[in-house]
Amino acid sequence: MSFSPKEIWKEFTHSTIGMVGIGIIATLFCMSIAAFVVIPVETFKEWNDPSSWLTYPKSALPIWVNYFLLQKIPEHLILQPQEYYQKSAGVSVVTDVFATDYQYDSFPSDFIYQYSATYSGSPLVQLSITRPDGIRSILMSTSMPSSSNNETTFDGMLFSTDNSMEKNIQNNINFSFPTSVIPSQDLVFSHIDQNTVLKGDYIFKVTIYDVNGNVTLSKSKFILGGKAYGLMGTDELRRDLAVGILWGTPLALFIGITVSIGSVVLGLVYGVFAGFKGRSTDEAMMRFNDIIYAMPALPLLIILAVTIGNSIFLIVGFLVAFGWVGIAKVSRSMALQIKTLQYVEASKLMGQKDFKIIFKHVLPQLLPYTFASIAISVPAAITTEAGLSFLGLGDPTFPTWGQILHDASVYGAAEQGLWWWILPPGIMIAITGLAFVFIGHAMDTIINPRLRR
Amino acid sequence: MGFKKYLVKRAITMFGVLMATLLITISLVGSNMDAILKQSVALEIRQQVTNNKSLVSSFKNPEQLDLYVQNQIKQRIIALGLDQPWYTPQRIGLSMYKILTLDFGHAKFLTSDTGSSDVRDIILESLPRTILLFTTATAIVSLLGIFLGAIASSKVNSKIDKITSGFAIVSSSFPVWWVGLIMIFLFAFVYPIFPARATPTISATDPGYMVSLLYHMALPLITLVLIGFGSWAYLVRNFLVGVLQEDFIMAKRTVGIDEKKILYRHALRNAAPPIVTVLALSLSGSLGGAIITEAVFDWPGMGRLYYEAISVLDLPVIIGATYVLTAFFLVSVFLADVLYGYFDPRIRRQ
Repeated sequence: MSFSPKEIWKEFTHSTIGMVGIGIIATLFCMSIAAFVVIPVETFKEWNDPSSWLTYPKSALPIWVNYFLLQKIPEHLILQPQEYYQKSAGVSVVTDVFATDYQYDSFPSDFIYQYSATYSGSPLVQLSITRPDGIRSILMSTSMPSSSNNETTFDGMLFSTDNSMEKNIQNNINFSFPTSVIPSQDLVFSHIDQNTVLKGDYIFKVTIYDVNGNVTLSKSKFILGGKAYGLMGTDELRRDLAVGILWGTPLALFIGITVSIGSVVLGLVYGVFAGFKGRSTDEAMMRFNDIIYAMPALPLLIILAVTIGNSIFLIVGFLVAFGWVGIAKVSRSMALQIKTLQYVEASKLMGQKDFKIIFKHVLPQLLPYTFASIAISVPAAITTEAGLSFLGLGDPTFPTWGQILHDASVYGAAEQGLWWWILPPGIMIAITGLAFVFIGHAMDTIINPRLRR
Repeated sequence: MGFKKYLVKRAITMFGVLMATLLITISLVGSNMDAILKQSVALEIRQQVTNNKSLVSSFKNPEQLDLYVQNQIKQRIIALGLDQPWYTPQRIGLSMYKILTLDFGHAKFLTSDTGSSDVRDIILESLPRTILLFTTATAIVSLLGIFLGAIASSKVNSKIDKITSGFAIVSSSFPVWWVGLIMIFLFAFVYPIFPARATPTISATDPGYMVSLLYHMALPLITLVLIGFGSWAYLVRNFLVGVLQEDFIMAKRTVGIDEKKILYRHALRNAAPPIVTVLALSLSGSLGGAIITEAVFDWPGMGRLYYEAISVLDLPVIIGATYVLTAFFLVSVFLADVLYGYFDPRIRRQ
């Protein structure tokens, strides 16, 4: 029954699935650290705030699907400018140049120029394009709202859906096909002789003329709307799913590990104490255990979450409250066995206090079993939390994988065929669970050699 | 300890669990419940008064009528004991008694298909559907599992054994409801074979209703079987591997009894008690899981009822459904105990 930690580790390294489990968990931990480093908590806290995701595309595919497609889907690009500044005869000219190599097989869904300028007077903004075939055209020119004397800051956007842009294109470029009903992004990126995509380098140039001579651009980006974005794509609410999946990892690990350690420790102490005390204490404690054991966990968890609250810490507490019973049962029966061992009886005769015997002689014997049950009870905790979140009872400030799936189901991801919204969270839940099952399984075979046959 | 005494003890524990669950539920939703009860009393009285034309016409002005109604409401509230807070012993005792006698009151928002807002009617309507779906699934899963498990146990470490074990571990890691989402995506939209929503569109009185119900049941049923049979086979395999190593099997082998006969006649019979116990337990366990699964497939059973009740916070329905789910859960746990004692004489004669 007794093992030294070294022996167990040595045997563990020989188990392939155990090491696979360790490997997966190490990867998940690295992902968690990456999440903390790469994505600030503030960004993540804005997960449920639609206004922070405005520049992202709606329901965009992951970009890697382009490797498998013959017809390349346009990527959603957020272009950063190359800035030029020049001043002549009292007129200052700020020029931002955005260049992209457009190699996709369909037109972008739209394009938007977003800027924020500080100025006095009334500067003029002009957006123009240089196409791969050398044709240049002014797309739009408009003036910023005038400010009489003091400096103002103006946040503006130029949309491809603007009527004047369509007129400008139709007037400046001689297409050899009727252009009246075609939206401007489909014209800008089109061949001259037919309405198909012209691939190559496009240069968008934004020029700001200011007679007063002191205009500065604090924000300037060009968004070329596409249907593919990021490693994981985006959802119906324009959220970058990669952020959600990455941040779900530390949350799932936190929930799984805290709940399993909490319930195993609680169950262990409870069971060992009952088994060691025996008699009426044991009887009473085990009846209480029976009652909790036979309660239907999920309905009660749901009622608890609805009435008491759904903060992530409360949910962890609820899960522990239902998680410890099975372990208490097993550790009680193990304690009953250990109790009869001679050295335990000897220390009892020598007048050792009960608590000391429990902590010194009984609990260490149960340690290997403890680790195995911690590992084995992690997946249940993760899936139960995911289930609660899926029902819409999760903590909204910490969106977990279950909540991503909840949103997916609410917005009908299956109906719309948004597979990249449904598949990754579920696969992550399963992989995380599997890793712990593997480790628990490997530990189990070491502790119970009977299973090896 | 005799078997009878054992059963009595278990029954008492079960009843204790039922009471404890009820008590927890009532104390969690008590204060909200109070407000709802008072509202429904007021509504009832108002209706009674307005329906009684001669009574209404006997009042001279609306103020008098209003005063009369307020008085009536107050009287009724005192008569029902609603003037005391919900946590007084009498109130809790009364609500427990009501629930025990299946008097759940009226739902706040939800109604049954026939339009009744009586919680009992709503539950009686959806309960058979849940039982239909989950017992069918459990029956198929256990048959498949026992068969596959027996094959795997007779060829330990063979390819089929490893595939079964691997499939069991992998399939049980995926949440059933997530697999449900994927199945809906694949077989209702990419390949539109089955309907996406499992609620039949024709009315319950239509002669084709049963056929339509079964057709709508197909996708959830396939999902439940797909996710369930692997771990079942693994469980049966482990029980059987244990039994197959016992001496009496060895003895039978040396006598020369057919290997198949040993497996299905002798080994399976000896592995039966734990298998039957787990069967009864898994049936009740699946009822809890039914909440999410039914919500995903929109199967009009207890689980979806529960889900809908939570989303609109319809407390009478929540309490009623919790009670019924708990009772079912406990009955099957108790059944498992009885079956275990029946199949394993050692328990009886302990």
